[in-house]
Amino acid sequence: MDWRALGVSLWLGFGTVLVLVPFGLWLGHTLASRQFRGKGLLEALVAVPLVLPPTVLGFYLLVAFGARSPLGEAFEAIAGQALAFSFPGLLLASAVASLPFAVQPIQRGFEAIPVEVREAAACCGMPPWRRFARIEVPLAWPGILTAVVLTFAHTLGEFGVILMVGGNIPGETRTLSIAIYDRMQAFDDRGAGLMAAVLLAVALLALTLTTVLGRRVGPRRG
Amino acid sequence: MQIWIAAAVMVASFAAGAGAPPQRAPIVAAAADLNPALAEIAAAFLRDERQRVELVFGSSGLLTRQLHDGAPFELFLSADESFVEQLADAGLTRDSGALYGIGRIVLFAPHGSPLKPEDGFDGLARLLDTGRMTRFAIANPEHAPYGRAAEAALRARGLWDRLQPRFVLGENAAQAAQFATTGNAVGGIIAYSLALSPALKPRGTYWLVPDTEHPPLGQRMVLLRRAGPVAERFYHYLQEPAARAILKQYGFTIPK
Repeated sequence: MDWRALGVSLWLGFGTVLVLVPFGLWLGHTLASRQFRGKGLLEALVAVPLVLPPTVLGFYLLVAFGARSPLGEAFEAIAGQALAFSFPGLLLASAVASLPFAVQPIQRGFEAIPVEVREAAACCGMPPWRRFARIEVPLAWPGILTAVVLTFAHTLGEFGVILMVGGNIPGETRTLSIAIYDRMQAFDDRGAGLMAAVLLAVALLALTLTTVLGRRVGPRRG
Repeated sequence: MQIWIAAAVMVASFAAGAGAPPQRAPIVAAAADLNPALAEIAAAFLRDERQRVELVFGSSGLLTRQLHDGAPFELFLSADESFVEQLADAGLTRDSGALYGIGRIVLFAPHGSPLKPEDGFDGLARLLDTGRMTRFAIANPEHAPYGRAAEAALRARGLWDRLQPRFVLGENAAQAAQFATTGNAVGGIIAYSLALSPALKPRGTYWLVPDTEHPPLGQRMVLLRRAGPVAERFYHYLQEPAARAILKQYGFTIPK
């Protein structure tokens, strides 16, 4: 059992949730409540990591991160290290890969709120920000919770993108899913089997949690 | 709004903190054929010199590509010489490095396979004649030096074209060995160092391909420009008797 790899996976999972869920709240809310030109394209862009092979994402990210790209150069100037094959780079990559898992459930959560509720709040003179925090977020709660759990679980399960932009560095970019591949190639079937079982348990737990909580919590009364 | 700012600050500090741990062990990137051997050498290095190195394994081609893209490796052990030359030409290395061994390839078959490695390439040809050839594993010749050596040997024997529809290509030497030894293929051509490893040796039998059958697999290592003192020490340690004894035990020919 590679404990460091488990640590990297957990940090990456928490980090991705921390980055994506606030962003998902903003984007999901915008998509659910506004009509604008190019909305269809934006929604397609959010969903595209679902259908793209990880190699396509990995290829573009690697090019974008590369030491010769503007993003890679800027990061290297600030942090003193390359973005590719580093933990921050991995965090960014997994945020892109998990984007639909955060945005879509949140968007559905907001869309489920009846228009009259929003209008009533506006009518009473509630400023938009308070309306968002006091009325809409509590009502969209099951969607937000689903987004948190799915983002975390999907990040732990990510493999292809991480293999391409991470570089399998112990303690930094070797996640549990990569460690399984690594152990397999080192002919350590016992180690690989143990870690595979851990990931299976985490995935099952996460999905059970979303189903059960989604049913029990229901929309919270704000 | 404060929550958002607090979250942003947390994320930023978390990303920065995780990215720059103080004084970490240097990362040594090595060709996959070195997997058990180099781990043993690193353990001996830790015992003798009380210094740690982190090991990352992959195909020499993949690791070279990652170095071009800025991977933070300090020492690179290639399974051939061309990738080191390529990195040196790009100005990424300190110098042209040093030869640490000559690799060999073996024809390997798992127990119960219709392929009998002791008959050499003749046995392989006979198996093709009988039509009992299912899958045959080699490392991908595009970016794995052991795959290139296998290709050269099979071409020299006129078996390459006949085997073409039967190949399963391992992404690197270790994956090829995995394909060749787990019973999913009749066998394969794999690195001698892996055939000798404790995990694989009990799985089957092998025949050492004479080194006249393929261009020599000169294993070259090189320090990258960013290499620190520990990586440098390990580079020299690899050329000392203790490390050479381990390499020899894994079937590498030691250069003079």
